[in-house]
Amino acid sequence: MNLSQQILQYILSGLSTGAIYGLVGLGFAIIFSSTAIVNFAQGEFVMLGGMLSVFFLEVVKLPLWLAVPVAILTATMTGVAFERLAIRPLKQATPLSLVIITIGGSILLRGLAMLFWGKDTHALPPFSGNEPLTLAGATILPQHLWIFAVTLLVITGNKLFFYYSISGKAMRACAHNRRAASLVGIDVQRMVLYSFALSSAIGAMAGIIIAPLTMTSYDVGIMLGLKGFCAAIIGGMSSGLGTVIGGIVLGLLESFGAGFVSSGYKDAIAFVILLLILIIRPQGLFHRGESERV
Amino acid sequence: MKREVVKFIIFAALVMLAPLPLKQSYLLNVLVFVGINTLLAVALNLLLGFAGQISLGHAAFFGMGAYLSGILTANFGLNPWLIIVLAAVTVGGLAFVLGFPILKLKGHYLAMATLGFGIIFYIVFNETIGLTGGPSGLPGIPNLAIGSLTFDNDLKNYYLIWGVTLLTILLCVNLAHSRIGRALRAIHDSEVAARVMGVNVRLLKVQIFALSAAISAVAGSLYAHTMTFISPTSFGFNFSVELVTMVIIGGLGSIYGSFLGAALLTLLPELLRAFRDYDIIAYGALLVFMTIFMPGGLVRGIPDLMLFLWSRLTGKRGGNAQTG
Amino acid sequence: MLRLADVTMTFGGLTALQDFSMTARRGEITGIIGPNGAGKTTLFNIVSGIYTQTTGKVFLEERDISGMPPERLASLGMVRTFQNIELFGQLTVLENVMVGRHTRSNSGIFACAFKLPNHLREERQIREQALKWLEFAGIADLCQVTAANLPFGKGRLLEIARALALEPRLLLMDEPAAGLNSRETLELALLIKRIRDIGVTVVLVEHDMELVMDVCDAIVVLNLGCKLATGTPRQIQENPAVIAAYLGE
Repeated sequence: MNLSQQILQYILSGLSTGAIYGLVGLGFAIIFSSTAIVNFAQGEFVMLGGMLSVFFLEVVKLPLWLAVPVAILTATMTGVAFERLAIRPLKQATPLSLVIITIGGSILLRGLAMLFWGKDTHALPPFSGNEPLTLAGATILPQHLWIFAVTLLVITGNKLFFYYSISGKAMRACAHNRRAASLVGIDVQRMVLYSFALSSAIGAMAGIIIAPLTMTSYDVGIMLGLKGFCAAIIGGMSSGLGTVIGGIVLGLLESFGAGFVSSGYKDAIAFVILLLILIIRPQGLFHRGESERV
Repeated sequence: MKREVVKFIIFAALVMLAPLPLKQSYLLNVLVFVGINTLLAVALNLLLGFAGQISLGHAAFFGMGAYLSGILTANFGLNPWLIIVLAAVTVGGLAFVLGFPILKLKGHYLAMATLGFGIIFYIVFNETIGLTGGPSGLPGIPNLAIGSLTFDNDLKNYYLIWGVTLLTILLCVNLAHSRIGRALRAIHDSEVAARVMGVNVRLLKVQIFALSAAISAVAGSLYAHTMTFISPTSFGFNFSVELVTMVIIGGLGSIYGSFLGAALLTLLPELLRAFRDYDIIAYGALLVFMTIFMPGGLVRGIPDLMLFLWSRLTGKRGGNAQTG
Repeated sequence: MLRLADVTMTFGGLTALQDFSMTARRGEITGIIGPNGAGKTTLFNIVSGIYTQTTGKVFLEERDISGMPPERLASLGMVRTFQNIELFGQLTVLENVMVGRHTRSNSGIFACAFKLPNHLREERQIREQALKWLEFAGIADLCQVTAANLPFGKGRLLEIARALALEPRLLLMDEPAAGLNSRETLELALLIKRIRDIGVTVVLVEHDMELVMDVCDAIVVLNLGCKLATGTPRQIQENPAVIAAYLGE
């Protein structure tokens, strides 16, 4: 393989992992924008997506086309339950207690996954075969195409939902100003619930489409979740294209970093970027010099 | 202030007497780790409980102390006591420099940033194989020694580590009841008002971050010399979360609460040995449960609970049983 | 004592203050009044260093303090109270006031942790001074109560005691009578006059006209971000422009 083919290969793998980071990041952004909560448990829904699909496919023996939607549905229900049982009962919701409770929830979900499915890694069969396609000298698996397609679908679906449906508009209103939203009759709590449902569904989807490529196990959620957060930060916590682009930038950097520098430090790249962005833009990329009211 | 002195003396006496009935049992070994974890939890509590600033990267400071001590004594044969001081100063200094940009962040972003740098150091511990031995660990770290007294068994280590921990607790109690402690708690309650009262919030946060990191580094050094072997898994994200859990369970801003939290989280896995790997479920459940039902931690939660149960038993409705 | 020169503050496209100038004389109580949205709170936030003005300068005894952070201003002897009272809720009443002595003490972390003799002496002084100011504000009997449990009116007094513990030259009060009943307001008026009598210059923003007319030596009227009038309470009461602005002509 010559250099240009190698570069092309890096780009392809960077794009596909990047798309996954973007999807996970979208989950963070959706919850953050309607509740100002950074849901540290986001990564666990990604894990749940993959693990539940494997479970429904291999234990319950559902066909793949059925196992996937059932897995997404189950993960979504888990997200809803999480909001109901952990977030809503919190009386004094300070940022600190929210960080802690979502971390607690994430540990709990991870632990339960380990309890039910053990510590082994599992593989999901690729959706449409494992026959590599050749593109200008680089190989691409059909699963990569699935990833790109699903990502595009989710972005478009999000856009349509947030701009053209009543619930989506209401959720955007909550993001702008919760009190004003509740004054015009929007049920803010319901919107918070929706945002948890939506983001766990998207997270689960990301977990499912990546599972055939990278395998899945009870603890894949930590890294995928953190990288997804990093993507969301790069993209300015927008629940749209920005986060997906952030994810792709991160995916490409990692892919090239692993290829040309060192695969051991690959994971550090995301966190160095994360720190740099947080430090250089201390308010985050999305707060425009907002000052505290006293 | 008098009450604080009495509390400390009772606590110190209990700690000093605890090994007598235990002799060389396995429990004594566990209590050594309770000591190290208490030291870490008290250090984190300064930051998290007093100043109200979260750190999800404290395991990295612990690890830096351990690796500095381990590498410099095992590979280069330097004086271990000197290295402990050096490690505390270096790690404290690093935290001081890192603190200025990082502690500008608030809430979720501070959590993410500290988490990020914690993971970066975890990766460094794993990847600098030439120095740290990488994932397979660093063996051959000597025990600490004073003259001919080598701290090579659980009993000696118990008194060494608890000596340091008790001293730290005493200093932290003093600090808590001084102008610095009040200023830190003031920051926690209202940052704006603290600034208006002339508290240099930014500097103070960074100073306390550095102090907390330096104490964690000392804990790391002691850990390395006690274990004589270290590997990166002890210094990962999970341990950072475990430390935060100890502080929260014990009670934010309560020094003896940190001991309770550390003791509970160190003993729990030992008691639940049958469930070995599943203690993680208990951590998660504890964090969620405590945050919802006992936001003040055990230190405030248990008396409230007693009061509540008492009022139930005596048939009176305890009006303020659930405050705290 | 305090002088503002051509201060303008814009938030995005919105101008909250326009070329505003004023002076507060030493040893006097100066009141700033104006209808809602006139820019009073913005003005206070600029002077106390929470916002930085877009253009213009602020002087404290002819020293340029424009853009200085609140903690610097505190060490120069300027302190403020807040409209919605910002107490340190978990601290006791006494501890709240003791925080007010922060700029008047200087033991570092090391001295505090090791209880060095200097620190102990300082700590005693902090406590004595704090008690003195609690007595001044008339709430010394509450000193062991946790601040979060205080009734609103007492909280207001605590905030004032805490500010005075700093021994300021200039005290800014943001709507001190807000949320107080009429008896508490009367007591507040007496307290404010006593604060002036111990030599502290006071600048206050207030809606309660009776209080303003009672305690103030000079009044500045603000309307839509501009200065409308200045003068003694008597002059202001008779100023047609002021009356028009208040009655919403």
